[in-house]
Amino acid sequence: MAVNEKDGKAVIAAVEAAINRHGASQEELIPILNDINREIGYIPGEALDEVSRLLRVPRSQLFSVASFYRMFSTKPRGKHVIQFCESAPCHVAGGREVWQAIQDFLKIHEDETTEDGLWTLLTTSCLGVCAVGPVMLVDDDIYGNVDPSQVPFILQKYH
Amino acid sequence: MKYYRSHVLVCVDPACLNKGAHEVMDALQDELVAQGLIDEVQVLETSRIGGCDHGPEIMVYPEGVHYSNLTPDDMAYLVEEHFLKGRVAQKFVAQEKVFSDEELSAPTLKEIRVVLRNCGKIDPENIEDYIAEDGYQALGRVLSELTPEQVIDEVLKSGLRGRGGAGFPTGKKWQFCRASKDTPKYVICNADEGDPGAFMNRRVLEGDPHSVIEGMIIGAYAIGANQGYIYCRAEYPIAVRTLRIAIQQARNFGLLGKNILGTDFSFDLEVRMGAGAFVCGEETALMGSIEGQRGEPRPRPPFPAVKGLFGKPSNINNVETYANIPQIIFRGADWYASMGTEKSKGTKTFALAGDVKHTGLIEIPFGLTLREIVYDVGGGIKDDKGFKAIQTGGPMGGCLPESYLDLPVDYEALTQAGSMMGSGGLVIMDDETCMVDIARFFMDFTQDESCGKCTPCRVGTRRILEILERICNGKGQPDDIETLEYLCGQIKEDSLCGLGQGAPTPVISTLKHFREEYEAHIFEKRCPAKVCKALIRYEIIDGVCTGCTVCARNCPANAISGERRMTHVIDPDVCIRCGICMQVCNFNAIVIK
Repeated sequence: MAVNEKDGKAVIAAVEAAINRHGASQEELIPILNDINREIGYIPGEALDEVSRLLRVPRSQLFSVASFYRMFSTKPRGKHVIQFCESAPCHVAGGREVWQAIQDFLKIHEDETTEDGLWTLLTTSCLGVCAVGPVMLVDDDIYGNVDPSQVPFILQKYH
Repeated sequence: MKYYRSHVLVCVDPACLNKGAHEVMDALQDELVAQGLIDEVQVLETSRIGGCDHGPEIMVYPEGVHYSNLTPDDMAYLVEEHFLKGRVAQKFVAQEKVFSDEELSAPTLKEIRVVLRNCGKIDPENIEDYIAEDGYQALGRVLSELTPEQVIDEVLKSGLRGRGGAGFPTGKKWQFCRASKDTPKYVICNADEGDPGAFMNRRVLEGDPHSVIEGMIIGAYAIGANQGYIYCRAEYPIAVRTLRIAIQQARNFGLLGKNILGTDFSFDLEVRMGAGAFVCGEETALMGSIEGQRGEPRPRPPFPAVKGLFGKPSNINNVETYANIPQIIFRGADWYASMGTEKSKGTKTFALAGDVKHTGLIEIPFGLTLREIVYDVGGGIKDDKGFKAIQTGGPMGGCLPESYLDLPVDYEALTQAGSMMGSGGLVIMDDETCMVDIARFFMDFTQDESCGKCTPCRVGTRRILEILERICNGKGQPDDIETLEYLCGQIKEDSLCGLGQGAPTPVISTLKHFREEYEAHIFEKRCPAKVCKALIRYEIIDGVCTGCTVCARNCPANAISGERRMTHVIDPDVCIRCGICMQVCNFNAIVIK
């Protein structure tokens, strides 16, 4: 999923696929947006236009939903997304040091994307695996008991 | 159903994972595939087999052989010896004691497992496992013997109250929804367990999904609904997958869908995923989210029982509440009501976190004291430090000091003490915790998660956070405590939903029980727990320092100076208080003042 804006066709195809899968009703809006977000990496403006046309829901209303939920992004993201758990159990288990190590290694801060478009760094709410904190999620892979020194090794796997 | 001749349980506790349990498991699977044994041998993840000192370790059934100290390279030999040739691979047999089933699964004496009874015991992806543990018996009884009113009576009699935290009697909620005339009606399961550090519901959804589904079918029969939704947070992808599998299996068995068990009662279920918004755990916000809108709370009344999802009467309960229902019907309301206190019946699951020895999930009858939870079930404070506070009820709960340790845990007692039951997160803090910093931490969370619809919550939480940050940074002003108290009162009174109403609780409770810490921060510019960076100073003790220069060489800010073999000095104006000098000093010559 490239950082550069996808060409219009791919966006339209992603929207149509999502609506075909879930049905064209407002009730299905969150699953539809979720699919688009996964497919394109974020929800581009063109996608909202298309959803608006097919669902007959005003674009402003769609944008208000897309911008409300933390898992949706209306801005392009990197090829890989790191989500770091910022909750109390991970925080007390040494999460602060790991968080610092990730920022130092990638040289970006929260909500930023590396210049090469490879990484986006986000925080997430509790993932419920507190027994193995500190926890981080790289795309769909979860890593527990993370130690600052492991950060480079974990991230290098994704090159 | 698939049959296996052998089951291999791989311990995936943190200690074993660190030593490469997953790599061993992958190598084992690969080897079984290579040897053509993968259809005969099932590999499963489990928790504690032995002491985890010699991990990665596995247990092979039915022989009950315990292997330890394994590496991925050992798997070829192990598979050949044990599974092909059928003899025990002696060199990997664990030397230490093997725990018996009782020692492994039996909770401590003070625990009683009702909701968690099947977790870890059955295969959650196999409905037959659940049925073998008396699953769907309660549903059978309900549909063949009881009227909806009788079901509600039974739930009322059991004394079950909402396990999401508010504690509203479940039977009453069902009664209200049943009494609503409008149709169709909906039942909803709130599986948006968002409190940081609380994962009781995740355990049930991933370990025993059918108990929730059965509870929902019974609820639907009682209120007269034919459609249900489970709203699960997107941070729990495994729970969503397990639920979808379970629902499909229940449909295949005629337990969901049209004419359940041959009766004229029909009901079906759908899983809905959230998209990362804490406030969606609030019931009206959750319904908005299912409808495809922003997850913003709506004013009540009208209550969901009258006008809920899609404007129709809806009954919404938490995962744990539904999971209790089949047991209440199957074993009887009297049995259930025999556990707990006068007004809080049954058991409650909690997640122990923080500075306690045994972190993780527990299930206890109501009425146990906080002291019993911390010291008997939780094993006491980590590193045998002193107890300082326990926070109950998640980010909107309160912090209780040592004087409250003998408080029996039930809904009323916790509310009276200025905290709340909440969904069941318990964070234990030792005496090196700064309570102002903790209040700041939780306010940072609620401020971030405020949905922004109502002003007291949106603006008020931000103002409180600013004041707390100022106090932690040593810039507290003399009237800050009064301002905090005023703001907390306003937000609590005037916010639209539970998030805003509960947001000030960590501040109110720490102000009540640990006021002297706030005063020390504000008036003496001192952090008694030595946590707040702006208020601490590192110093080198003259006479203890040997002048070895390790600290000076490691200081990233070049704040330490001194001649070799002479006591060194830290310049407080240059020091960035990172604490590295203290970590590297071999003589414990550096202290925090």
